[in-house]
Amino acid sequence: MSQVITPSAAPAAALGRPRRDIGIKRRYAAERRFRAYGIAAILFGLVFLFILLWSVVSKGYTAFQQTMITVPIEFSEQLIDPKNERASNPQKLLTANYPVLARNAVAKVLGVAETDRTAMRDVGLMLSDSVRSQLRDLVVADPSIIGKTQPVRLLASGDLDSAFKGQINLSVSENNRKISDRQVGWMNQLSEKGVLAKHFNTGIFFNGASSRPEAAGVGVALIGSFYMMLIVLVLALPIGVAASIYLEEFAPKNRFTDLIEVNINNLAAVPSIVYGLLGLAVFINFMGLPRSASLIGGLVLTLMTLPTIIIATRAALKAVPPSIRAAALGLGASKMQTIFHHVLPLAMPGILTGTIIGLAHALGETAPLLLIGMVAFVANYPTTPLDPSTALPVQIYMWANEAERAFVERTSGAIIILLLFLIVMNVGAILLRRRFERRW
Amino acid sequence: MNMMSEAAVEKALDQKMNDVSYKMVGKDVSVYYGEKRALFDVNLNVRENTVTALIGPSGCGKSTFLRCLNRMNDTIESCRVTGRITLDTDDIYDPSIDVVELRARVGMVFQKPNPFPKSIYENIAYGPRIHGLARNKADMDQIVEASLQRAGLWNEAKDRLQESGTGLSGGQQQRLCIARAIAVSPEVILMDEPCSALDPIATAKVEELIHELRSNYTIVIVTHSMQQAARVSQRTAMFHLGQLVEENDTDKMFTNPDDQRTQDYIMGRFG
Repeated sequence: MSQVITPSAAPAAALGRPRRDIGIKRRYAAERRFRAYGIAAILFGLVFLFILLWSVVSKGYTAFQQTMITVPIEFSEQLIDPKNERASNPQKLLTANYPVLARNAVAKVLGVAETDRTAMRDVGLMLSDSVRSQLRDLVVADPSIIGKTQPVRLLASGDLDSAFKGQINLSVSENNRKISDRQVGWMNQLSEKGVLAKHFNTGIFFNGASSRPEAAGVGVALIGSFYMMLIVLVLALPIGVAASIYLEEFAPKNRFTDLIEVNINNLAAVPSIVYGLLGLAVFINFMGLPRSASLIGGLVLTLMTLPTIIIATRAALKAVPPSIRAAALGLGASKMQTIFHHVLPLAMPGILTGTIIGLAHALGETAPLLLIGMVAFVANYPTTPLDPSTALPVQIYMWANEAERAFVERTSGAIIILLLFLIVMNVGAILLRRRFERRW
Repeated sequence: MNMMSEAAVEKALDQKMNDVSYKMVGKDVSVYYGEKRALFDVNLNVRENTVTALIGPSGCGKSTFLRCLNRMNDTIESCRVTGRITLDTDDIYDPSIDVVELRARVGMVFQKPNPFPKSIYENIAYGPRIHGLARNKADMDQIVEASLQRAGLWNEAKDRLQESGTGLSGGQQQRLCIARAIAVSPEVILMDEPCSALDPIATAKVEELIHELRSNYTIVIVTHSMQQAARVSQRTAMFHLGQLVEENDTDKMFTNPDDQRTQDYIMGRFG
């Protein structure tokens, strides 16, 4: 003791202390280097995440606004039903030339003479084709509207919408762009009058597929994705949890169960398109289920999600301390009671996290759905999972292939919607894990 | 086999007449973990309403023997038990004996306190519930209170029955585990180093509790502490390398053991 505290000029060796060459400086330098590498790696990741989000959001946020023209429309009996035969012929109201009503109303606001046919054609091109069904639905719902004048908010055409949002380069020669100088002038005129303005775009959430970008929405895709998630949850969670409980707690440990375990791990790594081929061969060609249906999509995604859920559940079951099992068994609980009363509740946070991550994975899956025909033009809402539908990521894929300028923002808009759903699911996973987490 | 069992019954009855009643009788008990043999033909009897301490160096097989008494070894896949162990007159390894029922009669307290991550009330109520011991809520309340009273935890826990059992201190947790074990009214309580994770004050409380429990229960305790064995037990069995070296009254064991190895171990010469 005294040797240690006595300050001595004698070399350490003389006091019997071994000379230590531990390189303190080198050790700390290595640690600092390692930290720097770590920070650099994280920054690198963050930069790319930011670039990704920036490119999607900057392109896509405009999709949530849509240019609309609000004009008083005269539901002229002359144009809709000149011979007053709507009572005898219900087809009359369905087939009337509604776009003319809208065109005339806009022309009136602009002061364009109805006799100027080319000008009238250009005015008509500023409106979406969807005004036909919009006005028709109004009249069919309430025929007494005929003969009256009522303000209606009409969708502007996709090209006008793009121009109004500044997405069309107006310095390009007039012949080479989709919107003429005269139309741009009218657009500015309407905008100054407050007739033409941007409004929140509810259509992108509720509309089905449409070849007119301004009327296209992810409504059908959302319903299809919802059905598929429901099917995956209802099938994959119980099957996956039951399989893992059996494998982890009951199955004997032998070469056969080892083989099963290896295969489950391999299945988790199988490319998703292979599951699509499997679904095509088994569910459509062999079992004869309808093509493009979200039921099949759900079944295929269930097969794809099962290995993820099984692996996560087994890990969660393994993480439950053996002392809890011993306590329950020691009290005379059967194996089943031990698992369902004690082990499973404790494994719940892990199981739920694994399941939601599996679901989120399935929600973003595209490739297998292409093979079972879910890449389709579906304009009507599917009422059951057996009806044709699409899915969110497939809708993104389809819009990305479209040529119109206005589909670019829709594509990014749909990506934002998909990302929002994924964020909601992941936050849900975190909240559930917090809720169920118990200390022992 | 039948002859054997009759003989064992007779033997047990004989012992009762001789005023020594054996609660559990182990005859030629051997345990194998796969190819490895962990216990060699152990013959050890456990007397009723007595604390029997199992001592010996680490790896000597005392915990293995303890876990044979309520068939906890069944949960280890590679484990094989031969020989006979009877509880009263029932062969506990007989196929007609249900292991669930056996464990209700032979309770266990583990080395590390392992309360369920549930409320204190639920910890106690779980055993009686799965064994159908309570007909209604009032019954259950009474069982919970009586168990906590017996485990000497009632005064500390009565105001926090709905709080988590894992929030108690280590010593309280271990007494909770003892209360949980006695809630199902076992006949025998096995304790596997119940104080090894506790501080001296908590240890003293648990030892006091063991002393009180002796009047109602038969207790078998594995311990590494010679002093603890001397304090709490009336009979002591010494294991070494999978064999039972000596079994004797605790007083004799610690003063004048029959076997040299026991003496060496108690004196701290090996182990």
